[in-house]
Amino acid sequence: MATQHSRIAARFMVAPSVVLLFLWMIVPLVTTIYFSFLDYKLLVPKPSTWAGFDNYYYFLTDRTFIASILHTLAIVLGVLFITVVGGILLALLMNMPFWGQGIVRVLVIAPFFVMPTVSALVWKNMFMNPVNGMFAHIAKGLGLQPFDFLSQAPLLSIIGIVAWQWLPFATLILLTSLQSLDGEQQEAAEMDGASVLSRFFYLTVPHLTRAVTVVILIQTIFLLAVFAEIFVTTSGGPGTATTTISYLVYIQSLVKYDVGAGSAGGIIAVILANIVAFFAMRMIGKNLDA
Amino acid sequence: MARSTTTNSKVIVTIGAWLVGFLIFFPILWIFLMSFHTEGDAIKSPFAMLASPWTTEAYQAVQTQNGYGKFFMNSVVISVGSTVLALIIGIPAAWSMAFVPGKKTKDLLMWMLSTKMMPAVGVLIPMYLGFKVTGLLDTRTGLVAIGTLINLPIVIWMLYTYFKEIPGEILEAARMDGASLSSEILYVLTPMALPGIASTLLLNVILSWNEAFWSLQLTTSDAAPLTQFIASFSAPEGLFYAKLSAASTMAIAPILIMGWFSQKQLVRGLTFGAVK
Repeated sequence: MATQHSRIAARFMVAPSVVLLFLWMIVPLVTTIYFSFLDYKLLVPKPSTWAGFDNYYYFLTDRTFIASILHTLAIVLGVLFITVVGGILLALLMNMPFWGQGIVRVLVIAPFFVMPTVSALVWKNMFMNPVNGMFAHIAKGLGLQPFDFLSQAPLLSIIGIVAWQWLPFATLILLTSLQSLDGEQQEAAEMDGASVLSRFFYLTVPHLTRAVTVVILIQTIFLLAVFAEIFVTTSGGPGTATTTISYLVYIQSLVKYDVGAGSAGGIIAVILANIVAFFAMRMIGKNLDA
Repeated sequence: MARSTTTNSKVIVTIGAWLVGFLIFFPILWIFLMSFHTEGDAIKSPFAMLASPWTTEAYQAVQTQNGYGKFFMNSVVISVGSTVLALIIGIPAAWSMAFVPGKKTKDLLMWMLSTKMMPAVGVLIPMYLGFKVTGLLDTRTGLVAIGTLINLPIVIWMLYTYFKEIPGEILEAARMDGASLSSEILYVLTPMALPGIASTLLLNVILSWNEAFWSLQLTTSDAAPLTQFIASFSAPEGLFYAKLSAASTMAIAPILIMGWFSQKQLVRGLTFGAVK
């Protein structure tokens, strides 16, 4: 269908996007790589010198680095677990016939639209605060000692906040997938005497697999980069209890102003994200063919 | 369906679903309720707060003391500006990839998507220093530029999946009738593509409105959008429950409403067409 003429026109139409994205991807990244080999501290007024792999050595042997990887993993896996399991249960519930489906749906997806700084601060102050928070009021009402969530269980609290934000996303996608389930197939299985459980495991679960994969992949990309929630609640603390890899790079770069080590950390974060992205891209690529 | 659902079980499911929906929505409802009370009442126990007199004091305070309007306008300019710019750049690209696909189109699309997967911290320092040198730090222009680049891959992908569904035969017919490329785009394609473009616009405005990495790093006051403004409440000395609630309510309300309208497109857009 395409003529030579339209092919040339098409090139011209794609070019601006490709050039912009290429520059956006390459220029800063190459600069970061370059900085990562320099002894370059903004607070030290001396010309930057070549440092070889010193920055990488410094970053990788920093005890906080290993901890930050573990914290990142805990947040990603914790939130994924809550949102996928919770999302499946919620989607199953919302797929059943009941009165006011539309309204409940609107209520359930609402947290997804709340900006990260709002949800983090609201949970921190209005709910988890050990003096004025809702949970503290409830605990006092029951005659219990209020629990200081963000200092006693900081990582779990953050997982909770982030999970609240992402549960709607998982639910919405799984619900959409459930709604495309073949009703006649279900009915036929029921007629053949398949129990509720075996219908769930042999018909619903396989149907949901693809949606669950999509949920996991997309959430992983966003969860690896969780930043604002930590920034406004714990600032990575107490100590380094909630310092993730993103947050560690931020501290190294824009709090300690150590450009060299911060850049090395940034490159390590890029490498780690690429390992994850590699699998994600293959998955989404496969879906593109389907 | 032939299967009849008993009213009894429907009642139970209704109660359960509403309860779950209410619990998930509760934090949002709570800041809404809290925003209509005084600072003193806001930190009382929940029932005492609800029983205390209602007032719009906090909303006025946020406007007059904190200059809420400026931050709101920054959010509007940055999110709408970056989305519209991304659409202007992205529409021709998505159009040509959908209707004149080449051998490399799929690879190109995947590559564009892969730019989204690069963690922002990987390019934080060059962007920060570059913005500092060029004087873009804390300017709307700088944030619109970054926002455009962040939006662009999603914009192209979403538009591509929408454009793909427009039958190519119609374009061919228009061409046979002698329509030029520009009139083909203007009179045939645009009307059919408009719904897709509208949902792309909506979703990307939502995403940029809530973007909270670059806005926290690259703005301080002049160009600070609402994400940054709200973050300023995290300082202990700046902690006012009622004002935080009022500011939060106003910050999320427009997006919440837009989001509810775009539910269906949301799934499609965020999964890059993998789940419809």
